Amino acid sequence: MRQSYQCKNGQLIVEMPKEIDHHCAKELREDIDRMIEISHVRVLVFDFSQTEFMDSSGIGVLIGRCRNFGYSGGSVQAVHLNDRVKKIFMVSGLSKLIPIGTEQERAGGRVDGE
Amino acid sequence: MENRMRLEFDAVSVNESFARVAVSAFFAQLNPTVDEIEDVKTAVSEAVTNSIIHGYGEKEGTVVVTCTYHDKDSEVVVIDEGVGIADIEKSMEPFFTTKPELERSGMGFAFMEAFMDEVSVESEPLKGTKVTMKKRFGERKLEE
Repeated sequence: MRQSYQCKNGQLIVEMPKEIDHHCAKELREDIDRMIEISHVRVLVFDFSQTEFMDSSGIGVLIGRCRNFGYSGGSVQAVHLNDRVKKIFMVSGLSKLIPIGTEQERAGGRVDGE
Repeated sequence: MENRMRLEFDAVSVNESFARVAVSAFFAQLNPTVDEIEDVKTAVSEAVTNSIIHGYGEKEGTVVVTCTYHDKDSEVVVIDEGVGIADIEKSMEPFFTTKPELERSGMGFAFMEAFMDEVSVESEPLKGTKVTMKKRFGERKLEE
C-alpha cells in the first residue's frame, strides 16, 4: 500500500486508503506517524475521498493519531467522508473527537487561520 | 426462499476483506439496500477480525463463516476454535479491549450490535467462540 500525502500551508493532508481495516491498520499507522514526524505541521487532515469501507480498526488508528498529535498542540480534521464513513464516525462517537470539515475549508487551505 | 453458504479460510488478516465481500455477495440475492449490505459488511469484518486477532492471537487457525437466509431474515455465524473469551459481558463493553497496544478501539462488538438487529456470543475458554448475528432486510421502505 502506498499512502499519498500533501503538505501545504502548515497542513498535512493524508489521503486515506479505499478500505481501512485491521489488515492495513499497522502500516497505515506507521506511515502516518512517519509523515507527522518529518513534516512538523500543526494541522492534520484526513482525506477520505477514496475511502469506501472502514471498520473499528480504522477508529483505533484515528484515535491513536489524534491523541499523539494533540500532545504536540496540533489540530485534526476529516474531510470528504461518504455517507458510510460518516455513519461510522457518528456511531463510534469519533465525530466528537475529529471535526468533519467542509470542502471550502480544505480547498482554501486555511483551516489553521494562517 | 431459503439459502445457505459456508466459508472456511485461514485466520490471516488479508481474508478480512475476502470474508466481508463474499458475505455481501451472498446476501445480494435478497436485494438489500446499499446501507443494509454495508452494515453487514462492517459487522462481518468486526467478527472475523476478532477471531483473527483475539481468538487465534494472529497464530495459525481456521475461521468458519456460515450465512443463511429465510425470505428477508438473514443470519451470519462466525466461528473460531481459538482461545475463547473469559468474560463475554466485559468483552462487549464499548472501548474495552485486551489489546490496547495494537490501538484496538474496543468498538468491535458495539459495531456488530449497532449494525445488526441481534448479536449473540457463545464462548468457552480454550475451545473457541461463536458469534451469531441476525438482520432482517427491507425493514425500511425505499421512499424514506
